[in-house]
Amino acid sequence: MTAAALLVAGLGLALFWAPEDADQGISQKIFYVHVPVALTAYAAFFWAAWKALRLLWKGGDRYDLESYTAVHMGVIFGVLTLVTGSIWAKVSWGHWWVWSERQLTLFLILFLFYSAYFMLRYSTDPGPRRARTSAVYSLFGVVLIPVSFMAIRLAEGLIHPVVFKRDGPDMDGTMFLTFCVCLAAMLALAGGLYLLELSGKRADANLRDLRERLA
Amino acid sequence: MSGYFADVAALARKDLLVELRTRDTVPAMLLFVVSALVVFHFALPEESSRLAASGMLWIALLFTALLALGRAFVGERDQGTIDGLILAPCDRSAIWLGKTLSVLAFLLFAEAVALPAFALFYESVTWELVAGLALANIGIASVGTLFGAMAAAARARELLLPLLFLPVAIPLIVGGLGATVSDDPGRYLAFLGVYDLIFAILSWASFEYVVTE
Repeated sequence: MTAAALLVAGLGLALFWAPEDADQGISQKIFYVHVPVALTAYAAFFWAAWKALRLLWKGGDRYDLESYTAVHMGVIFGVLTLVTGSIWAKVSWGHWWVWSERQLTLFLILFLFYSAYFMLRYSTDPGPRRARTSAVYSLFGVVLIPVSFMAIRLAEGLIHPVVFKRDGPDMDGTMFLTFCVCLAAMLALAGGLYLLELSGKRADANLRDLRERLA
Repeated sequence: MSGYFADVAALARKDLLVELRTRDTVPAMLLFVVSALVVFHFALPEESSRLAASGMLWIALLFTALLALGRAFVGERDQGTIDGLILAPCDRSAIWLGKTLSVLAFLLFAEAVALPAFALFYESVTWELVAGLALANIGIASVGTLFGAMAAAARARELLLPLLFLPVAIPLIVGGLGATVSDDPGRYLAFLGVYDLIFAILSWASFEYVVTE
């Protein structure tokens, strides 16, 4: 509910209140969706790694489910980031994909990495071992984020000249406020979906448990 | 501490001995890397730059490494010897270090053939390339051994390892290629060193969680 209200408020503000960007005009509005979605995806990956760390530290099935669900959220929001970023790139630069956009390239790498997480999970038999293996893998994920980012920056100077540069985070007050509302909305949305999926997965696990006991 | 390194040395020696007797992995790697370099000749247009040839070399070496990494734990699983290793009275991370060292030795063998072949077919080998390879080898072997152990426990293991490993290997390619072709190789070599340090420590610390039942 909170998520829905914030989302409506955020998008409303973005569309009607925040001033249009002088350079990019209306297309700049996607900024209010794209960047919060990206930050939410990062938050989900870090949350997954945090739960993974707790799992390795203390053990327990609940951390496994939580970490798995968080990765799931992260991948969903990561795909949204790629899609919105791609649309933005098409509108402002005329191409669907631009390698010099660092964040997008990073999200592509992360998307590949975390897709392999699901492959790993589905092809390993359930049990404490799968839980620990997945946890280790998701820990590697958050270490990979800064390392890949550095690598992309290094590669840029090497392979491609830096052509496009956006302005820094200097926005005026209304823009910044709108951005914050949108960010809160996305985080709330991700949190809500996370809790929903988690309760579904828990119910599923409990049901399986009961069935096994009955059988 | 000396006991730990004695374990590591014994484990690495065991792998090398097994390879010496069965000759399963290294000959395949050598053949693969030379074949890949030959195939690349036909994939590169006539006046390709030195940049392109170096990139191809790095791809060939990465895929050759995947062969060694895929084999590293598959044999142990199939023969059931992994249980013996885990039950052995040594630190589990010693298993990882021993495997990593043996994989490193296999990679060095492959490169000892690949580099002269590269020099013969394409471009001369520079010291920057050799330094980059030396550092990248450490990263490939350490992360790859851990992921190899992960993949070996799964059903689709040969399929899984490249999927797990390639996204993590992208920084290695960037660093290695950068060291090979850039005017300022120091930056890229330093990056490779940092990568090795971070991921070797992470793999060393997390190996135990991956192999125990």
